[in-house]
Amino acid sequence: MKDIKHLVVSAIKDGTVIDHIPAKDLFKVISILGLDRIENQVTFGSNLDSKKLGKKAIIKISGLFFRNEDINKIALVAPEAKLNIIKDYNVIEKKVVEVPDNITGIAKCVNPKCITNNEEIVTKFSVVDKKKVILKCYYCEKITDQDNMRII
Amino acid sequence: MNPGYVFLHTNKSPYMKNRSLVSINDYSKEEYLKILNLAEEFEKNPRQEILNGHVVATLFFEPSTRTRLSFESAVNRLGGRILGFADSSSSSATKGETLRDTIKMVCSYADLIVMRHPLEGSARFASEVSTVPVINAGDGANQHPTQTLLDLYSIRKTQGTLENLNIFMVGDLKYGRTVHSLLMAMSQFNATFYFISPDELKMPDEYKRYLKSMGLKFYEFKDFTDIINQADIIYMTRVQKERFSDPIEYERTKNTYILRHHMLKDSRANMKILHPLPRVNEIHLDVDSSEKAYYFTQALNGVFVRQAIISSILGLK
Ligand SMILES: [Zn+2]
Repeated sequence: MKDIKHLVVSAIKDGTVIDHIPAKDLFKVISILGLDRIENQVTFGSNLDSKKLGKKAIIKISGLFFRNEDINKIALVAPEAKLNIIKDYNVIEKKVVEVPDNITGIAKCVNPKCITNNEEIVTKFSVVDKKKVILKCYYCEKITDQDNMRII
Repeated sequence: MNPGYVFLHTNKSPYMKNRSLVSINDYSKEEYLKILNLAEEFEKNPRQEILNGHVVATLFFEPSTRTRLSFESAVNRLGGRILGFADSSSSSATKGETLRDTIKMVCSYADLIVMRHPLEGSARFASEVSTVPVINAGDGANQHPTQTLLDLYSIRKTQGTLENLNIFMVGDLKYGRTVHSLLMAMSQFNATFYFISPDELKMPDEYKRYLKSMGLKFYEFKDFTDIINQADIIYMTRVQKERFSDPIEYERTKNTYILRHHMLKDSRANMKILHPLPRVNEIHLDVDSSEKAYYFTQALNGVFVRQAIISSILGLK
């Protein structure tokens, strides 16, 4: 296990490694960060064993560094994710994902009668519980929690 | 517990002028009182031509004659002009126009928009798109803040104060938006709440958590005959059959939440019965003759309260 991780991390010269992604949410993370639309080299490993998550995934992106507000967007699906910032094959910084106070876009409001589900509007939520990641819609004021959260 | 579950100030600016009123939580306690004091002034002197030359749009994407007439009466008594529609079949929305486009068009013709819409969050969205302030006259099951302000007005007028009252809420406390908004507003005045409802229609946990976080007392009952004499205000709501998953449960409990004249026998002298109207059968007709029945006067107060809201948002008072 340690060897695999070591191998994955050291395989890029400069860039970002995102570790501790729940394996089932790997493709959501890819889509939220727009990794399916960039030119950089992206590699990932999935269904790796993890004590914490059961099965985890790792993504590494060459030559790309994220702003905090961008990386925090994945908090909705991968709140435990950890980032390693790589420069010249060395980890120069470690970061954790922080659940932001407000979420714009990304998630859908659970309420079918919400205006955001009936007209083209970017969703907005305030995060009322950062630990359980519970969202309150800015428009209809209804609660969307992890169990019924849908990522756009 | 985080009170933000239910309490979210989304629209804070130090002035009421030009600020939309979408949710009861948009106003502070001081602002509630400012509106109530102004409404009192309008009750004494309802005809004041301060809206001369102003145009108010009333956009009712779903019909609500009661609310619309109350707003239009308020505007007319202030000398303003009205344009708009009474239901969506007479608007361009039926041709598939988006709410965004309708609001963008209307705000170039009016100084203020009063809007009712079946979708929740529509008023908040309209207030973002509009260049003029928006008053929410009901967005689905979400908010109806002018109703709550007129409830507050009625309570203060009949009790002489809003502080330290025993507020009974009866009937459908799960889906009833009026009781949720009234709870939020009265929580600013150290109220004690009595929730009387069938099990299936109990006050949602998030509101009870909120009251706890505010240090306020509340009690839950399935029946109110034994406790009715402690009430200062009884706020009745409709219990709809469709809300029950078990129709037998509905049949068994439906009569528990009907208020009858004989139940008022030993109630407090100051006690008043409120209801957002229209009622179906939850208040028996024999209650109407009681001096404790306040629901028809309550509706009349709506005009003064709406005069107060409109004139303060337009910065005329
Ligand atoms: Zn919503």
